[in-house]
Amino acid sequence: MKRHLISAGDLTRDDALLVLDTAEELARVSERSIKKLPTLRGRTVVNLFYEDSTRTRISFEAAAKRLSADVINFSAKGSSVSKGESLKDTALTLEAMGADAVVIRHAASGAPHRLANWVRGSVVNAGDGTHEHPTQALLDAFSMRRRMGRIEGLKVAIVGDVLHSRVARSNVLLLQALGAEVTLVAPPTLLPVAVDTWPCQVSYDLDAVLPKSDVVMMLRVQLERMNAAYFPSAREYSRRYGLDRERFARLHDDAIVMHPGPMNRGMEISAEVADSPRSTIVEQVANGVTVRMAVLYLLLSGSEPAIGGDL
Amino acid sequence: MSDARNQARAVLEGPDIHRALTRIAHEILERTKGAEKVVLLGIPTRGATLAFRIAERISQFEGVKVPVGTIDITMYRDDLRLRPARPLGRTDLPAEGVDGRTVVLVDDVLFSGRTVRAALDALNDVGRPRAVQLATLVDRGHRELPIRADYVGKNLPTSKSEKVKVYLQEIDGRDAVLLIKGDDRPGAGETNGER
Repeated sequence: MKRHLISAGDLTRDDALLVLDTAEELARVSERSIKKLPTLRGRTVVNLFYEDSTRTRISFEAAAKRLSADVINFSAKGSSVSKGESLKDTALTLEAMGADAVVIRHAASGAPHRLANWVRGSVVNAGDGTHEHPTQALLDAFSMRRRMGRIEGLKVAIVGDVLHSRVARSNVLLLQALGAEVTLVAPPTLLPVAVDTWPCQVSYDLDAVLPKSDVVMMLRVQLERMNAAYFPSAREYSRRYGLDRERFARLHDDAIVMHPGPMNRGMEISAEVADSPRSTIVEQVANGVTVRMAVLYLLLSGSEPAIGGDL
Repeated sequence: MSDARNQARAVLEGPDIHRALTRIAHEILERTKGAEKVVLLGIPTRGATLAFRIAERISQFEGVKVPVGTIDITMYRDDLRLRPARPLGRTDLPAEGVDGRTVVLVDDVLFSGRTVRAALDALNDVGRPRAVQLATLVDRGHRELPIRADYVGKNLPTSKSEKVKVYLQEIDGRDAVLLIKGDDRPGAGETNGER
């Protein structure tokens, strides 16, 4: 049975479209004065965050609350994790509390997959290490479709620290399923080893890719995960792979700029570009709540989930 | 009509549906004194189509443009957990809103009354109408809640095991209401009709 959302690859094209269409209807709820639906009354959603997060945690919390679910927030800081409790024991505690869904963020790739073996509820991956972040990919696709009117046939450039990016991997899988053409642009040191097996193009030259792109997605340079010298200096990275005013001017007039946040302004993206009307960065946050509502609705409201994958 | 499955019998044909909607439009005009401050809200999918047809007739008869919209009730159903999650319908409220107005809910088949209960809850979250009325093309009985329709196209006595299927030109390519004989095994057909 389909139960979890651990990888964007769990979603078929039809699943993904169902999430986007559901989110489109739910977006109207965010515009009303009463932004609440009774649908998940009596269901419990646990937010299990082992890694710092602002956007994603708040977004999942708002989404669950707008659907009237009970929300339990757990962050590793200030919990028994600091006393050495293992993920499994924490999972069993949650299980005993009757969690219908566990939203997990963890620094270790694969943690959600392990967790899914231990709990009966649905597991939603909210970012695991450098592996995946499927709801981010869904909200990016949703934002793209709202701005561009379609996803099929769009040329999407994903630029920057692909090596450490769970957002990039999830986006490549999802966008490919939805019929977009993805090109990853990064210095060779910031590309994963097996990138040639990913369903996308790869380039080292941002200036060559930009004029052909409809969507440019800038990735954050994840300095906290960098334990080696991946590029000579921040300034040199910014010169070759940062989206500044000159590069922005080379995009065609309808192209949009995305960033999953948090941004390093002046590093991968200049403040001017980030704040331009063609940047979707603020919309992406608002759309995040809507898309996560759709995911929770489709996983939890029925007798069995309507989307997602098995283990 | 002899359907391919001879179990199905047409109880209303195109012209009957046309006349029923015409009468409902007249009744709404009469009961609401010229459809003043009336909003028609159809329940997707076919209730929405019917709401637009009724609005069109009202404007033909009296030249008043009645605001018309749709209200999806999926998120408010009481049987969500009995089936896999389902796709949502469209909620499209007219710009005038519903506050202080007489809302006429429009659905194709009135059966248990649970859809209408859900619609009342949904309506509660989008505003405060002055009054709520209910119009339905077919009332097939078997109510499970204290709900009745104000405007009925046709009262259709049915057994619980039968199905009522409404076809509308805009969606199905033809206008008809079919009564389909079900099997009489206990429990069969319980989820048919309006649900």
